[in-house]
Amino acid sequence: MFLRDLTAKWRFVLAVAILGLLMTGPFLLTSVLIWLGASVGMREVLVQHLLPQIPLGGILTALGFFLGLILIRRLFNRYVTGMAAMVEELRLMLGSNRSFRITEEGPPELRELVRAINDLATQRDAYIDDVESQVAKAKANVEEEKNRLAALMSELAQAVVVCNLDGRILLYNNRARYMFESLAKGPTSVSSGALIGLGRSISSILETSQVDYARETIRIQLERGNRHPVANFVTTTDNGQLIRVQIAPVLRQTVGASDAPAASGYILLIENITRVLEQESRRDTALGELTEGSRSSLGTLRAAVEMLADNPDMETEDRERFVRVLASEVTRMSQRLDNTLTSLADTLRQHWPLDDMMAADVIDAAGRRIQDRLKLPVDVNTATGEPLWIRADSFSLVSALSFLATKIEEAGEVRSFVLKLGSDEKFVHIDLMWTGLSMSTETVLSWEIEPMRHDHGVNPPTLREVLDRHAGEIWYQRQRTTSQASIRLLLPKATPDQEAFSAQVRDASNDRPEYYDFDLFDRPMGQVDLDRPLSELVYTVFDTETTGLEPSNGDEIIQIGALRILNGRLLHQEHFDQLVDPRCHLKAASIAIHGITDSMLLGQPTIDLVLPAFHEFCADTVLVGHNVAFDMRFLELKEASLGIRFDQPVLDTLLLSAVAHPNQQSHSLEAIMQRLGLNMEQRHNALADATATAQVFTRLLPALAEQGIVTLGQALAASQKTYFAQVKY
Amino acid sequence: MTHKILIVDDEPNIVMSIEFLLKKEGFSTETAGDGEAALEKVRSFAPDLMLLDVMMPKKSGFEVCEIIRADPSQHQPRIIMLTAKGRETEQAKGLALGADAYMLKPFSTKELVVKIKEILAAG
Repeated sequence: MFLRDLTAKWRFVLAVAILGLLMTGPFLLTSVLIWLGASVGMREVLVQHLLPQIPLGGILTALGFFLGLILIRRLFNRYVTGMAAMVEELRLMLGSNRSFRITEEGPPELRELVRAINDLATQRDAYIDDVESQVAKAKANVEEEKNRLAALMSELAQAVVVCNLDGRILLYNNRARYMFESLAKGPTSVSSGALIGLGRSISSILETSQVDYARETIRIQLERGNRHPVANFVTTTDNGQLIRVQIAPVLRQTVGASDAPAASGYILLIENITRVLEQESRRDTALGELTEGSRSSLGTLRAAVEMLADNPDMETEDRERFVRVLASEVTRMSQRLDNTLTSLADTLRQHWPLDDMMAADVIDAAGRRIQDRLKLPVDVNTATGEPLWIRADSFSLVSALSFLATKIEEAGEVRSFVLKLGSDEKFVHIDLMWTGLSMSTETVLSWEIEPMRHDHGVNPPTLREVLDRHAGEIWYQRQRTTSQASIRLLLPKATPDQEAFSAQVRDASNDRPEYYDFDLFDRPMGQVDLDRPLSELVYTVFDTETTGLEPSNGDEIIQIGALRILNGRLLHQEHFDQLVDPRCHLKAASIAIHGITDSMLLGQPTIDLVLPAFHEFCADTVLVGHNVAFDMRFLELKEASLGIRFDQPVLDTLLLSAVAHPNQQSHSLEAIMQRLGLNMEQRHNALADATATAQVFTRLLPALAEQGIVTLGQALAASQKTYFAQVKY
Repeated sequence: MTHKILIVDDEPNIVMSIEFLLKKEGFSTETAGDGEAALEKVRSFAPDLMLLDVMMPKKSGFEVCEIIRADPSQHQPRIIMLTAKGRETEQAKGLALGADAYMLKPFSTKELVVKIKEILAAG
């Protein structure tokens, strides 16, 4: 036991001592025994003969001892010390560098052992690689499915929001984003999104009591065994828009078939029905006017007619009065009919689904179709001043145009077509033009009632039907002088609703959206808690630009930029970006820094509008900034007058960087970014700086974790302890 | 004894025809163009029966009917409501408020006369 615990060095010393004993011990023992057994005379003889030989014996013994020592040392070095080095290398292989292999050296047995160990390691690596690649594959599959789902959702024309049981938003699509952006009121609607955001509560976009009521309805339906419960409600937004919401549960997989399924979240389909309802109520009013008005006119007419008929001997004066009644009542009735039909015109066609679209897109598609089918050059001219919108079923319109072109081509020699877009005050013109061939109006009329067989299946519509759907007309016209013939398609102009418009304009610039986070499904959200791990919290990373450095001396905020971090992901789309009118002139020195000029701030909202909006934006999150104490002082100075408090925890990337890398000279944002290998495009724009800070923050988290700083409370405490915390700004 | 009939409608064209019709049938008639004038005429003229249009300015036919029936001490004429609204719920409402009959425009003048006589005979 004792020997096993000795270090290598002491064992070596012990071995040398034992060697010494072994070499001298037997000789000395023999000498002592001989000496004790010998008589006095004999002892004298021994002394006389042996004493001179002692130096030789000593030298030989010492030599032997020395050789033994070398031998032991060598053995020791090769086996014990070599083994110790090997163990270190083994540890390295087990730990930080698994591709490391132990070098084969030393005696054969040891080399054999090393070879066996290396083989074992290779085998282990193969297993690990295999497992890792399978895990990666499975992960990639899941990720791909999630992306596909998100992509699918974002293409839907209906607004979709998915939330978990706590009402936290896990997913929303483009349409939902645009809808709530256009519904948002206040100064932020111009520059940032409404408060639809991952991890945010659904109540920030919809009336809580109605959502709760709908969820309760679903819960009860589920308990009663309804497997597909749905709840609907209509709610009014702050700016008077009507929103219809359909809620269905996301059901949790249940093991036993007998268990009633429980909801793990909810899908909300949201529709702005303001326009539809307006149209419907307009139609109702018009229909009411038509029926009731007609009834009362008919009542008058009938009474007057019956008087005239029943009283042939009526006085002339009376007769004339009744005839006047008839005439005036008939005129009024005709007028009423005209008025009603005009106001009903667009609502009466609503049953066919038409979308707001740009006329130019339809013409482009038609041009391509005609070119493909007829193999004739088509010159498409869609240059108009402003974008022209129509309400259309694009497929049937494109079919109609290509049907017409086919008919014209069949009728005679045509070498090319021109498709031209134009407009007047009320209508959009689409002209299909060609040169040469002329035809009769009757021919064109006959095409109108012929089914368009080319594109449609069993029951092709006629051109007339398509035109009626769109409230459109066509006619043939010909210029005698230039032999230029054309068919004009006339469609009513449409005004697109804002959502569709912004959706079309902005989709072009979309990179991959960050509209979903299914990891939130089972995660409790909400309260900021000091014991929560840093990786689980929601952050608002922000930066301000100001007129100067001294808020107490009247310097003001002129820009706030912020974005959110959720589950370690920067949500670029959910940003806050707002210029602020400081109500004072900017100093030339500050303009040089941030590049914001007086004219840019003209007409921007003032801080008393912007700060409450920002306060709402960052509710329930941890604030993060670089050298954030500076920004906080600007915010805090406004708190009392605006009646808001930024009382959430605040983290500073400057301090966190000092905690993570205490030996670094500089903790400026640029220096940290360089250190962490990050690039920044633009500095001193609040949103760009906030984005940079957010990138730094997410990179600092693992470095902090290495130092055992995992929770929010630990991060705050460590920040306070750093030297930089002592600096007062 | 000639029965007195009050014709209430904001459409002078139909009032003209009905007045002509009823005079020829031997009734004594007066007319009113809105709800308030109608209430005034009920007091001053004390008709045996009134033809009451529903959609009128100032006070609707429903209101007029309700006010008359609310005070039994007042003169209580028979009431036939005339309306251009076809909804059955409105007919039910008119009858519930105390109208004796309900006629939907356009009506036949013959039927109107029959209905008036029927109601007056019943009373």
